[in-house]
Amino acid sequence: MRIPCPLCGARPLEEFVYRGDATVTRPEEGAPMEEWVSYVYLRNNPKGAHREHWRHVAGCGSWLIVDRNTLTHEITRVAEVRPSGDAR
Amino acid sequence: MRYSGFKVLWEGLTGNRGWQPVWREPEPKSSYDIIIVGGGGHGLSTAYYLAREFGLTNIAVLEKGWLGSGNVGRNTTIIRSNYMLPGNEPFYELSMKLWEDLEQDFNYNAMVSQRGIINLYHSDPQRDAFARRGNAMIMAGADAVLLDRAGLEKQCPFLDFDNARFPIKGGLWQPRGGTVRHDAVAWGYARGADIRGVDIIQNCEVTGFLIEDGVCSGVETTRGTIEAKKTAVCVAGSSGRVMAKAGMRLPIESHVLQAFVSEGLKPVIPGVITFGAGHFYVSQSDKGGLVFGGDIDGYNTYAQRGNLPVVEDVCEGGMAIMPMIGRARLLRAWGGVMDMSMDGSPFIDRTHIAGLYFNGGWCYGGFKATPASGFCYAHLLAKDEPHPTATEYRLDRFISGGMIDEKGVGAQPNLH
Repeated sequence: MRIPCPLCGARPLEEFVYRGDATVTRPEEGAPMEEWVSYVYLRNNPKGAHREHWRHVAGCGSWLIVDRNTLTHEITRVAEVRPSGDAR
Repeated sequence: MRYSGFKVLWEGLTGNRGWQPVWREPEPKSSYDIIIVGGGGHGLSTAYYLAREFGLTNIAVLEKGWLGSGNVGRNTTIIRSNYMLPGNEPFYELSMKLWEDLEQDFNYNAMVSQRGIINLYHSDPQRDAFARRGNAMIMAGADAVLLDRAGLEKQCPFLDFDNARFPIKGGLWQPRGGTVRHDAVAWGYARGADIRGVDIIQNCEVTGFLIEDGVCSGVETTRGTIEAKKTAVCVAGSSGRVMAKAGMRLPIESHVLQAFVSEGLKPVIPGVITFGAGHFYVSQSDKGGLVFGGDIDGYNTYAQRGNLPVVEDVCEGGMAIMPMIGRARLLRAWGGVMDMSMDGSPFIDRTHIAGLYFNGGWCYGGFKATPASGFCYAHLLAKDEPHPTATEYRLDRFISGGMIDEKGVGAQPNLH
C-alpha cells in the first residue's frame, strides 16, 4: 500500500502512522457522557469505503484525510486536514 | 461413534470403511430455543457447553461459510494464560484448565501440546515487570517460572543472548502453555455438539435480526426466517457488520493480523518463544514448520491479507532473537481479520436488545480463549447471568469506567 501524500507524492506505508476513523467529531463541551463515549469509543467500522486520519510522520508531518476501501485497500482521495496551499 | 485406539486399529485392518461423517447436515427448523450466529471456534464451543454443561440442545449454529472457515483456522495455535489484570487472568486460566481436559472431554484428538511458552526479557525493569506478572498469574491459579539467563540457556541455547541492542537476560516461562491443532478444535466441538442434538447449519448467512419493541425474536437468513428465544452473536472479525444489522455501533475496529509458516525443519524450537523488545512470537509445528507472527498491520481492514512493512518487521524481530532462522525459507503467509476492541479486551454480554447477546472483541487473542469463551457464553445464555470469571467483559465498560487495558495505551485499537 502506498499513500499519495498531497505534499510529497506517493510514499510507502511505513512512512505513515494511522489514527483511525475521521468521521467522528468531538462533541460540544458539556455534551452528555453518552456523546463523549460514542466519540471516543464507538465506530461504524465499515467493510468498504472508510474515511480515516493518517499522519505522514516520516515525511512532511502533515495530518491527512484518506478515503480508502477497507476490503480492497484502494485509496480514492487524500487531502490535508488543514489545507496549507502547498499541495501539488 | 467413539474414537479409541482400538477403533483406529480395527479400521486400519478393515480398509477404513467404517468411518462416518463427524456431524449431520440438517435443514434449519423454523424455530429454536437458542440460535448461535457464527460457526467458528467460539460459536461451536458455546453450543457444545450449552448441551453438555447446561443440558440445552434445541440449538442451531448458523455459519455463513463452512465450519471453521474463519479465524479458528487462521491463527498461530498458541494457548497460554499469562495475563495480569483481575478481569482477565482468572478467565484465561479457566480456559487453560479446559484445554487440559479437552480431548478426554469431547473424545477428539486436538493435539493439545503443553510445550511451554517463554516471554523473553531484555532489561532489569522488564524482569521486574515480568516477576509482577508471574505473581499475578500464580495468584489466579496459573503457573509461572521466572528464568534467569542460565535457566533460559538450558532450554533455548540458540538464542542471541549477547545481542548488542536487545541482550536477552531471561524469560517468564509458563510451562502449561503450548499449542493446539486449531482445526481439530472446531471439528471436535462441532462433533460434540452435534452428537448431543445441536443443529449445525452451514452456508447459512444471517442477513438481519427480527427485532420489535426492543426484543429480538430470531434472525433472517439466506435459508429463510428462523425464530429463537435467544440469539447469540459470535462472529469475531465481522462483529461490526453483523451488529450493525441490529442498529448497534461497537467499540471495535477490524484489523488484519498476519501469520507465517516456514518450510519444515528438524525439531529446533522447544515451545513458544516471544520477543520482549519487539513483537515476534514463534513455535514449531509437529510437521516442522516455524509458525510465527508479530504486530497487526494497524489500519482498519477486512482484507485477509496484509502489507509488506509488517512482514519485514516480523522477520527482523525473529532475526534479533534467533539468527539461526535466517536461512529458513518462508513457505506461506496469510492474514486474519481481528475484532480490535478499544481496550484490548473482549466482550461476553447481553445487549440493550432483549434476547440478543454478543460475544466478540477478542483482538488477536481469541484462539486461546476458545474453551472459556464458549463456557462463559453458554453460562450467560443458560442462566442469564455472567460466569464468575467473565463478569468484566461488559459492553458498557467504556461508560462505567471499567476498562480492562492490559497495555494501558487507551482507546487506540492498533496499539493494543
